[in-house]
Amino acid sequence: MSEKIRVLLAKPGLDGHDRGIKVIAAAFRDAGFEVIYTGLRQTPENIVNAAIQEDVDAVGVSILSGAHMTLFPAILNLLKEKKADQIILFGGGIIPDEDVAALEKSGVDKLFTPGATTEETVKYLREAVAKRKRDEKII
Amino acid sequence: MTVLEKFLSGDQAALARIITFIEDRQEKYREVLARLYPQSGRAVKIGFTGPPGAGKSSLVNSIARLLLARGHRIGIIAVDPTSPFTGGALLGDRIRMVDMPTDGSVYIRSMATRGSSGGLAAATGNVATALDAFGFDFILIETVGVGQVELDIVDTCDTVIVVLVPESGDAIQALKAGLMEIADIFAINKADRPGSENIVAELNMVLELKRNKIEWDLPVIATEAINNKNIDRLLEKIDAHLGYIKTSGLFEKHRREQIKNKLFGVMQFHFNNLIRQEIGRITDLDKVISDIYEGKSDPFTVGESLLKKISGIQPLH
Repeated sequence: MSEKIRVLLAKPGLDGHDRGIKVIAAAFRDAGFEVIYTGLRQTPENIVNAAIQEDVDAVGVSILSGAHMTLFPAILNLLKEKKADQIILFGGGIIPDEDVAALEKSGVDKLFTPGATTEETVKYLREAVAKRKRDEKII
Repeated sequence: MTVLEKFLSGDQAALARIITFIEDRQEKYREVLARLYPQSGRAVKIGFTGPPGAGKSSLVNSIARLLLARGHRIGIIAVDPTSPFTGGALLGDRIRMVDMPTDGSVYIRSMATRGSSGGLAAATGNVATALDAFGFDFILIETVGVGQVELDIVDTCDTVIVVLVPESGDAIQALKAGLMEIADIFAINKADRPGSENIVAELNMVLELKRNKIEWDLPVIATEAINNKNIDRLLEKIDAHLGYIKTSGLFEKHRREQIKNKLFGVMQFHFNNLIRQEIGRITDLDKVISDIYEGKSDPFTVGESLLKKISGIQPLH
């Protein structure tokens, strides 16, 4: 059986604007991905813990509150700390260009800003997961 | 260190990888299961099933918290449907299970059905074996929202809780075959809604007929998962049911039955593969189909003779 793309979608922090992430969840589902949606107001700890338990290929995070410069680095650090940084971190939100550049430099794989299409996000995730290699021996 | 070795040393990330491996049926997954199986069998498995939106995830969440408070380690499998059109799935059960401890005492895994129609995924039983081998004391398994005939959960669990809501229907619905027959315990959730006393009374009336014939009293508990109401009573009944099946011998009988079904499942899996693998070698399938299509032959005669060629066995009638 072929390997399925599994992706966790989460909204950290306090903003409750979840329309965007629900649109992405539906687009990913329709693209044949298994989408684990964890809902609103997740802490970085909860997000990283869930991502590890669900063994996802990627975590997508939506931030519309302006807290991106705090929350993305917090999730990245936790992924590193838990030795789970093979998990791709991407996201979307209202994020100024200079912050996008800084975050993508620091290890967020990709950030989408208003105007991005669902097709772009699907294409991106397919390619990003395909590029990633796992160096492991099961048995 | 291999992933399996990490698993055996108690690494939860390795458990997660092993589960993916089993779920995707990657090469050698059966070898992994064969290694894990001897260490399983200790965990108690409790199933939660019922119609969509009845509150299964919320009840699992509430029961898990009580079990954690007793010091148990909990594994949770939550199943949601795969789209038959796109192969994708939206797995949303975790939304009801937020703020669980992140100290390793609880592990939650969302699974998509991936084409199975019995309420669970084909790999759910194997994933439960992995959780069991990992050392969880209780495994809580939640089915997709079911109707009347998705009953795989019986074959995977020791105790089955059927979760209904006050709007779930009248006594006639309760008399019907299928879902209502597999419950060890009924939870009427969202009991703060109108009609809950009625459904509890009607269900109790119908169950009286069955209670006379068995030693277990098939309890009906009115719960409110989000208000944490009567969850302790539900857990008392779960304890009581586990005690009952263990003293009555039903526990062992049921587990033996599950082993038998698993054994048959494994053989059928291999046999199906064998047919697929050998069919091209022993016959020209396109020609056989043409013959049948043109009326020169029939699927019953040809099927039997092909089976005999593959296995050397004359099928029984």
